[in-house]
Amino acid sequence: MPIQYYILLALTLFSIGIVGVLTRRNAIIVFMCIELMLNAVNLLLVAFSKMQYNLAFTNNKATVAGSEAQLFVFFIMVVAAAEVSVGLAIIVMMYRNVHSVDVNFLNRLKN
Amino acid sequence: MNQLVYLVPLFPLIGFLINGLGRKSLSKSLIGVIGSGTILASFIVSLVLFFNVKNNGAVVVDYFNFINIDSLKISFAFQIDALSSLFLLIITGVGFLIHVYSTAYMQDEEPQHYGRYFAYLNLFVFSMLLLVMGANYVIMFIGWEGVGLCSYLLIGFWFKNDNYNYAAKKAFVMNRIGDLGFLLAVFWLIAKLGTANYADVFAHASSLTPFDVTAITLLLFVGAMGKSAQIPLYTWLPDAMAGPTPVSALIHAATMVTAGIYMIARSNVLYSMSAVTMNVVAIIGLVTALFSATIALKQNDIKKVLAYSTVSQLGYMFLGLGVGAYTGAVFHVMTHAFFKALLFLGAGSVIHAMHHEQDIRKMGGLKKHLPITHLTFLIGCIAISGIPPFSGFFSKDEILAAAFAKNPVYWGLGVAGAAMTAFYMFRLYATTFLGTFRGTHDQEHHLHESPSAMTIPLMVLALLSVVGGFVGVPEILGGHHELHGFLSSVLTTEVAHESSKNTEYVLMGISVAIAAIAIIFAINKFSKKPELQDAQGFGKVLENKWYVDELYDTFFVKTTLAKAKFLKDIIEKNVIDGAVNGVGKLVNYSSRQLRLIQSGQVGNYILFMVLAIVVVILLWVNDNHLYQYISKLF
Repeated sequence: MPIQYYILLALTLFSIGIVGVLTRRNAIIVFMCIELMLNAVNLLLVAFSKMQYNLAFTNNKATVAGSEAQLFVFFIMVVAAAEVSVGLAIIVMMYRNVHSVDVNFLNRLKN
Repeated sequence: MNQLVYLVPLFPLIGFLINGLGRKSLSKSLIGVIGSGTILASFIVSLVLFFNVKNNGAVVVDYFNFINIDSLKISFAFQIDALSSLFLLIITGVGFLIHVYSTAYMQDEEPQHYGRYFAYLNLFVFSMLLLVMGANYVIMFIGWEGVGLCSYLLIGFWFKNDNYNYAAKKAFVMNRIGDLGFLLAVFWLIAKLGTANYADVFAHASSLTPFDVTAITLLLFVGAMGKSAQIPLYTWLPDAMAGPTPVSALIHAATMVTAGIYMIARSNVLYSMSAVTMNVVAIIGLVTALFSATIALKQNDIKKVLAYSTVSQLGYMFLGLGVGAYTGAVFHVMTHAFFKALLFLGAGSVIHAMHHEQDIRKMGGLKKHLPITHLTFLIGCIAISGIPPFSGFFSKDEILAAAFAKNPVYWGLGVAGAAMTAFYMFRLYATTFLGTFRGTHDQEHHLHESPSAMTIPLMVLALLSVVGGFVGVPEILGGHHELHGFLSSVLTTEVAHESSKNTEYVLMGISVAIAAIAIIFAINKFSKKPELQDAQGFGKVLENKWYVDELYDTFFVKTTLAKAKFLKDIIEKNVIDGAVNGVGKLVNYSSRQLRLIQSGQVGNYILFMVLAIVVVILLWVNDNHLYQYISKLF
């Protein structure tokens, strides 16, 4: 399958993520959109790594080209998992304090 | 002897510092003693220097490098030669007498102002000494500015009177116009010759082009015009009579106003190289002499008559310079210092007796009340009128004889001016001292002869006015003209005028006869029936000084004020204020608008962040690869 499809899909996911972050006020949905962006990047990384591997494979059957990117994806997943746990904890605390998960509600610093 | 030179200006400077700083704590008598004593000390040192110069010749004493930039070296040096030592004697000698006179004249002032007066007067003498002692044009310029400042301070001494302040301001501004010319001339000299030292300048003067010489000398003459009150910059001098009378005698008759003559006599080597400048100097001098003499004919203020007379006499000196009779001009400076200081101090004595009344129409018959003042004033009048053997005769005759040799028309006009001089001086004398008293009864009751501190300087100056001319008796009258021999080392380019003996006798006879007729006519006319009404017709024009002040007011003062008003009301308000306030308003407005960006909405911030990232990426990766790649993509 050509690489362009992967890029287009990643771009679409990333854009959905950005639009979601910018437009939605529910903290949990904003959070999900951030995850969406992270995964769009992950997808892109995996797609490029596979492309690199395929290009190198014809010359050298024992190549490991592109494996660094796949390792990198695992790191991103781990960090994202950690971030989710912290982020959800923050959202829970926020709900306990203001009884809302609306991000615009947290505007005490304004003015 | 060289180590004495610096003492001459040092004494007045010390006097200035003591009187200036201690004016609130010192007693009046101590201030007077310090003020006069320092000048006396200077006078004694000057005498020593004078005889040293007479016997051993000129000295130049170099103290330190005043300006030292690249190849330009201007040293702080004093030059004591025949010309400057003569001026030192005039300044410190007449200055001392006037200081003594001032101790009595200013007695009514509060101690603080009394101290201020003597501090200014000492500072003036110090500046004047710098002016004549400097060995280069830069030191002369320091003194030149210093005397201008002191003149300003002393004209406006009674600063509570706005008119006096206005007169002081006028004198200062007019002097500044002249000073600009002086300064440009010095710059020009330095640019062309690389030095301002008299000795170097005169030694290398021949390397200057004729145009340079003419430009430099004319610019220097502009400076002299301002300082020595020549047309067109003379109007400040009559107004300068606002100052105390001894100040008028010292600054505006005897010393400061002769600085221009000193400067030209000092630069005689340069002036003799430019025939154009010499003619300009002679003509300006002659026109000034005649013009101000006509004004003096109709003035009713005792000091104004003397002021215009001073302008007129200064005109004679410039005429002498212009026809190459440098010695005659310097000689006239000397005799004029004697008799004009005497006349001013005499006028001061009259004003003192009349309780600050200066209008001669309200005087009359003061002869019997003020015998010493009367006698000395009469001597001054005879001396200025040019009656032999009084001093004014010799100096004025020398100038007129030189003028005749140059151009008989100069002589004819000069004699006409001399006749007017004799006429207005005796009009002044007759109206003031002869006839009957016309003031109030109260004034008559208080009329008194001045104290001896005032009359003794008068008597000394009267004596000098009588005998002062004997240092310059011309050879045809059996003299040797000692002054000429003394000054010949400095005034090297003196033009010798050769006329036959008979011609000179005739010229002398005519000028003396005309002056004598003018005197007799004036005494007859004014002793019995003085002019009490305001003049009519042409006399009114003269009384109003040819309306020159009004003319200047219309052309220069009003236009300048109009320009200033335009700048103040239009440019200042709209352009300057507009720019300043506009910047303030712009900052205020833009910050108000910028504030709205900080909305407190997290979404907005992220939006800006995303947009910024997009922009940064577009800017960063603006090479063609990205566009190619994206276009390949879609």
